[in-house]
Amino acid sequence: MTDFEPVLLANKTKDRSWTLTVYESGGGYQTLRQVLRHKSPQDVTKAVEASGLRGRGGAGYPTALKWSFLPMDHPGPFYMCANADESEPGTFCNRVQLECDPHQVLEGIILSCYATRIRRAYIFLRYEYHLAYQRLEDAIKEAYAAGYLGSNIAGSDFSLDIFVHRGAGAYICGEETGLLASIEGKRPYPRSKPPFPTSRGLFGKPTVINNVETLACVVHILQRGEEWFRSIGTPPPPEDPKELGSFGPKIFSLSGHVNRPGVYELPLGIPCRDLIERHGGGVWKGRRAKAVVVGGISTGILSCHELDTPLDFVGPVRAGCLGLGTGGVIVLDETFPIVELMYNGCRFFAHESCGQCTPCREGVPYAFQIVEAIRGGRGRLVDLDTLLEISQNIGITPGTTICGLADGAAWIVKTCVNKFREELEDYIRRTNPTGYKRRLPLGTIMLPPGVPAGIKTRFPKTLPPQGTSALSRSSQETGGN
Amino acid sequence: MISENSAVGRQFLDDELRRAIESYFPRYPHRQAALLPALHLVHQRFGFIPREAIVELADFLGIHPAEVADVVSFYSFFKQDRPVGKYRIWVCRSLSCACRGGEGLLELLTQKLGVAPGQTTVDGLFTLEAAECLGACDCAPAVMVNDKLYGPMTPEKAEQLLEELRAAPAPEVTS
Repeated sequence: MTDFEPVLLANKTKDRSWTLTVYESGGGYQTLRQVLRHKSPQDVTKAVEASGLRGRGGAGYPTALKWSFLPMDHPGPFYMCANADESEPGTFCNRVQLECDPHQVLEGIILSCYATRIRRAYIFLRYEYHLAYQRLEDAIKEAYAAGYLGSNIAGSDFSLDIFVHRGAGAYICGEETGLLASIEGKRPYPRSKPPFPTSRGLFGKPTVINNVETLACVVHILQRGEEWFRSIGTPPPPEDPKELGSFGPKIFSLSGHVNRPGVYELPLGIPCRDLIERHGGGVWKGRRAKAVVVGGISTGILSCHELDTPLDFVGPVRAGCLGLGTGGVIVLDETFPIVELMYNGCRFFAHESCGQCTPCREGVPYAFQIVEAIRGGRGRLVDLDTLLEISQNIGITPGTTICGLADGAAWIVKTCVNKFREELEDYIRRTNPTGYKRRLPLGTIMLPPGVPAGIKTRFPKTLPPQGTSALSRSSQETGGN
Repeated sequence: MISENSAVGRQFLDDELRRAIESYFPRYPHRQAALLPALHLVHQRFGFIPREAIVELADFLGIHPAEVADVVSFYSFFKQDRPVGKYRIWVCRSLSCACRGGEGLLELLTQKLGVAPGQTTVDGLFTLEAAECLGACDCAPAVMVNDKLYGPMTPEKAEQLLEELRAAPAPEVTS
């Protein structure tokens, strides 16, 4: 693993790496020429299938399998959407890719469209990436001028148009059906699946949605062969025949309390500790890591005892996280309070919830309120159980929401409470010494002070004396937890 | 609002803006899809999305004003009530930035500018915004001014940046 040679970020260090001349001088677009001349679309799909490439956007879905769902008998047109709406906190690898090597992404898109016979592709770019936008637009212009885009690409009979579509600062647009609605000019609400985008997607037509990093991998699979790709990463564990394995390079975005934050292209399956210590230069100020967000904030956290977890599609799941996610690793040192992490994460998801599904719209802000109360010194031990209960009842995992946004909030809450319960309990005891044990009777509806008690609710039979907050006094002051 | 039976005015969408929006039409199979790029153009011109522009834009794209308003109100980027300042300062407060001092930076700028996040200074120079992950975690804490990214920031650098912006001529909005 030590002699791993980066391919996705190989051009990053070159001067003016985003220009066509530099990209071509490093062998760029040669793969495209070769493929268009000698290979059929089926050959490309087969190579991608054999390579075991899985989506880099978070879910890890096998790319070739997704492509294969495109209906054969549909009159078309088909669309490709390259997802560069990278809004997951802690993730910035797509930005670096598009800023440093937009042509590689374009070549990947062209090859993938050739394999799927798509003639129009949209790159959904988040609005905040201004430099990436400029370089991408310039790269597209250059590619058109050089005959790599437009009609009859590189002398073949394959034609393709690529357009950039910019978002406007909404996390939910990264969800594939939200992304489609955003391009269509509608409010970007995700919608229920099925029908999956591959049968009814953009403008009602079959659509393939891939992350730009996934698409960039296609170039190297075709250039170096699927055997090369499979030689990188971790094969599926023998005891789990359903597992597909994690092959190929992955760009990890490392940030937080490390000495050298940045992007690191490494084989999938690298232990988290290696990434932090060897590549990131260790935790800053000579401290130790307390928790590590494993792949963007929605995947949950690893505690300091789980740092040997391999960063592939299986490792984080075994360590109790949602998965590899986007590969955005955030390191938090031993001085950082876990309650701050939960506060930050819940605030993010409460802010970004689109408001369509009730469990997410209400549940995530509810979790945020509780975390805010704990952080503000008004926490009770029972709140931790409430948080766990909320996190087990929102999201697509229990089947209560359309998209996975609530899952993200649920996982950060779940993993924090499960892995750092002692610290949180200690925090609650210290910050709320008089009230931490207080426990409301089941079924009581908490009303903020000052709300007239005209609402019919299950009040306790003996009403407390007037003048104080009726509901809080009715609770069992000394109730155990 | 313009009354139902009169022709929709051309107060906000002048010919130049219309041409710019029209240039997006060939990219999409129908006009509605050009809505988001069009909104960006309108926002760029006026600093916000005026109500009348929503009606005019809807008329131009052949959709209902409610559909435009539906989209405008969703995205945090678009302002609807008043124009943003000359400089729109986004301070990232997501985890990577927060753990390296992003929250403190936001607080400092709130004090320095005398406005809460989301508000514009009286002189119309600065709009302060709390951003959710700018995707610049490698230079945390990150600050974005209009389309330019700054980071890693320190309180001193932030104050210096404010001074520079105050002294600088009008910004060039390139995208």
